[in-house]
Amino acid sequence: MYNFECDVAIVGGGPAGLSAAVAAKKEGAKRVLVIERDESIGGILQQCIHPGFGLTYFKEELTGPEYAGRFAAEAVELGVEFLLNSMVLEVNEKENTVICVNKEYGMTEVKASSVILAMGCRERTRANIMIPGSRPAGVYTAGSAQRLVNRQNQLVGKKVVILGSGDIGMIMARRMTLEGAEVLAVIELMDFLAGLTRNKVQCLDDFDIPLYLSHTITKIDGYQRVKGIYFAQVDENKKPIKETEQYIECDTLLLSVGLLPENELTRKAGIEINPITNGPKVNQYMQTSAEGVFACGNVVHVNDLVDNVSVESMKAGKFAAQYAMGTLPKTQKIVQNISGENVRYLCPHSLSVAEENEKVSLYFRVLHPDNKVTIRVKSGDQIISSKKAQRVNPGEMEHIEFNTSDVAGDNVVVEVVKEA
Amino acid sequence: MIKTDVVVIGAGAVGCAIARELSKYDVNVVVVDKRDDVGGDASKSNSAIIHTGYDAAPGTLESQLVVAANPMYDQLTEDLEIPFKRIGAILPAFTDEQFEQLPAIKEKAFKNHVYDVEYLSKEEILAKEPELNPEVKGGLFIPRESIIDPFILVQALAENANENGVTFMLNTEVTDINVEDGAIKSVVTTAGTIETTYVVNAAALHCDDIAAMVGKADYKVVARRGQFYILDKNTSCKVQNIVLPIPTKVTKGKLMCPTIHGNMLVGPTAEDLPDKVDTSVTTEGLNMIYEDVSKMIPRVNIRDTITQYSGLRPNRNPEGLHVDVYDDLKGYVNLSGVRSTGLTLCVAMGKYVVEKLKEIGMNVSLKEDFKATRKGIPIFHEMSVEEQEEIIKEDPLYGTIVCRCETITEGEIMRAIHRPLGARTVDAVKRRVRAGMGRCQGGFCGPKVIEILARELDIPTEQVNKNLDGSYMIVGQNK
Amino acid sequence: MKKEIICTVCPMGCRITVEGEGENIISVTGNICKRGEVYASAEFCHPVRILTTTIKTDNEKTPLVPVRSEKPLPKEKVMDCMEVIRKQVAKTPIAMYDVLVENICDTGINIVATGAVK
Repeated sequence: MYNFECDVAIVGGGPAGLSAAVAAKKEGAKRVLVIERDESIGGILQQCIHPGFGLTYFKEELTGPEYAGRFAAEAVELGVEFLLNSMVLEVNEKENTVICVNKEYGMTEVKASSVILAMGCRERTRANIMIPGSRPAGVYTAGSAQRLVNRQNQLVGKKVVILGSGDIGMIMARRMTLEGAEVLAVIELMDFLAGLTRNKVQCLDDFDIPLYLSHTITKIDGYQRVKGIYFAQVDENKKPIKETEQYIECDTLLLSVGLLPENELTRKAGIEINPITNGPKVNQYMQTSAEGVFACGNVVHVNDLVDNVSVESMKAGKFAAQYAMGTLPKTQKIVQNISGENVRYLCPHSLSVAEENEKVSLYFRVLHPDNKVTIRVKSGDQIISSKKAQRVNPGEMEHIEFNTSDVAGDNVVVEVVKEA
Repeated sequence: MIKTDVVVIGAGAVGCAIARELSKYDVNVVVVDKRDDVGGDASKSNSAIIHTGYDAAPGTLESQLVVAANPMYDQLTEDLEIPFKRIGAILPAFTDEQFEQLPAIKEKAFKNHVYDVEYLSKEEILAKEPELNPEVKGGLFIPRESIIDPFILVQALAENANENGVTFMLNTEVTDINVEDGAIKSVVTTAGTIETTYVVNAAALHCDDIAAMVGKADYKVVARRGQFYILDKNTSCKVQNIVLPIPTKVTKGKLMCPTIHGNMLVGPTAEDLPDKVDTSVTTEGLNMIYEDVSKMIPRVNIRDTITQYSGLRPNRNPEGLHVDVYDDLKGYVNLSGVRSTGLTLCVAMGKYVVEKLKEIGMNVSLKEDFKATRKGIPIFHEMSVEEQEEIIKEDPLYGTIVCRCETITEGEIMRAIHRPLGARTVDAVKRRVRAGMGRCQGGFCGPKVIEILARELDIPTEQVNKNLDGSYMIVGQNK
Repeated sequence: MKKEIICTVCPMGCRITVEGEGENIISVTGNICKRGEVYASAEFCHPVRILTTTIKTDNEKTPLVPVRSEKPLPKEKVMDCMEVIRKQVAKTPIAMYDVLVENICDTGINIVATGAVK
């Protein structure tokens, strides 16, 4: 078996892994290794050729490959090492070893002082949402179609319907239109857009692509290739209203119905998973229930902006490096972060409060859209932090900061309440 | 014109088992099927169970064949390297009425020569299957009810038959059968006419259409649709046994069992269709499965589903399994009424049909060089690390994982393509090595499998099909 | 002429109504901040978009290189630009930000690579 030793081993060379690698190096870790299954680094951003990245982190509008390219260049410059064409099969959380299979070296064991999980996420499929009907060719997840179109030069269809108004779905609507396909409809179950407003304007409205909110697909038609789809309006319980059913003739159905953190390795390693995010539970150091294993990016929770992924991953890189060097602050007490009114989940899930005060940020998503709200953090009876927001959307990540020294008990509650 | 001795119509479990049995003899055999791959319709979408025949109607041909077939699987699955496990089935009784039915079920099993059915008390059955509804009053255990990989079963039978000289003509539809002087003359197909002495109709769902070509359709086949769920290997509620409901007069009911690869299978429905094509899944059907199964297994987590599918079982009207030969039509064997037990009984049916053919005049002797074994594709994720290292050295393509969910390598996919009756479509790859069978359902590996198929078959990507002709995945190059 | 514009500056997504003719704006209503007014006015007079797509390369292993317009293009020229881009074949090696189409459709804007191909 081929052996490799390093201080910090990072599973995944996408935006999360690259940002973590850069931060780990900067923090002083000597050998930082990124293990990537693809033949090149950058992860999913390599196929996200559209703009909209980097607005908050770089304060300019970049495409996916450019955004990834900046971190990749920095990582290379800092001396991060890469093991490409390597699929990780196992993470051993006790020994901090990673077993992978590499195209060139075969079975490979990486020994590290700390490990960062940055595997990203995968797409929910037709089966996850149980779309009824036949099972012909021509039903793709939006991301698979994106890979085929943007990297493999393969066009997946000519008359396209998209289910789900997530960002990838809308972006693929534009992409397919630019490549000469006809996008006939974007259908969304909820009564609000799942993705960013900007994408509705620039990807749908610009090309007069109709958006059907509160609608869903009731049946897929066709036995060899998709021939069409039936869709209908849904009632308040999200059940289709039979009388409103319509038919669209098409040869392709793209699904943009959500992402799921890719945690097979995490589960196999016995690391604790949060049932709401489907990602590992982490503290503010992005440290999982296995103390030498850190996690960041979409493997922890699905982010809306890659900029947020980078910020979070840099924490993981920094603290994983500290762990490797034995300088991670000693925990005095553990504080649980609890989701209050209109908060779906919080990340990190807990705080390992040290002696010295720390400013921490909790990221979260709301359950439903709202206007003119106050976001606040409560510790016991005290409000230790609060801010106002004009508008909150489930599609967009929110965050709030506070000082650990202000936390009185063993939990904090974050809530989003209507302004009085 | 192609010339042969026997044409078997249908490359499902039964057709392939007959072909393999025939390949032991010095006789020329052609198997014809309209699909792109062996595996048929019903043989590839069923509950993947090898039955004991405990609940068959005693004294019938079906009972005889199922009971005879079950014990054959130990040797067969070893010879042909087919994933198979004797896990056993339980029949839990939840009501007094059901509990009172148990002795009758056991008695029927006895009449079918299934002597190993055991009674289980409430404590015993709960110990065996902790996920059962605790209201259970007791039940039966049928130890030899088993699970199998139904795709590999049919592929292995077909590959072994092929290695022993049987010709397979896929993507080939039978359009007519010529009869001369009361005897079979030839079979007309979309790929030309095949001159033959014998025809075995193993066309299952379409056997009445084939029978009609020779004027022997004195029955009808109705497609009975069964919808199923497959649940993630990590689902929060797993059963250890095949959990079968106690049948009512109306239906055999819906079951839950592990698959041979560690997923959970839940279903099926039983819906008679007006046509023979509608393999849709429906919201009503899927909901019904959940309602019924959750009564037995309250924690069953349907949300963990990774796919849903439906299969069409050929339901004969009038009912009953028939193998018919005719005085006024020499050389013709007609099979009808092969239903869900077909997957089990196929191997016994192979032997039965060969005897029938001998009865009607086929004069054959055994080959000396029949090869009884078939090697499966080495499965990377089932190997030890040392074995993995070894195989990568031998075949570096085993060092590239293509399907991440099921950990399937490019080496395995290459072998699926380049072997007897190799995969020609995305689904054929999936049914041989499970690439795309996992939780992302080919989202990740699908584009790569298309590329590999195009490369290896030397065809443009737009000619790579999902399964049947016309099921293209790609419309062309972007630019 | 009246036009309704959905503001994309922040998640509020204000529906802003702009009234005017050509370059001449009479009124902007429905916005809740100054940024919205600036966005809506620009979108009314000269809607522009960054165009991102791919260009075919002469390398079979990496058949496409991602590209973008260096600066936002007039929205109405997007489809014309796509026609020009569709016909291009880029010679490898290609470095990040190599100009692959100069002054596309006389917009004065270049199409540049956003990735590298060996």
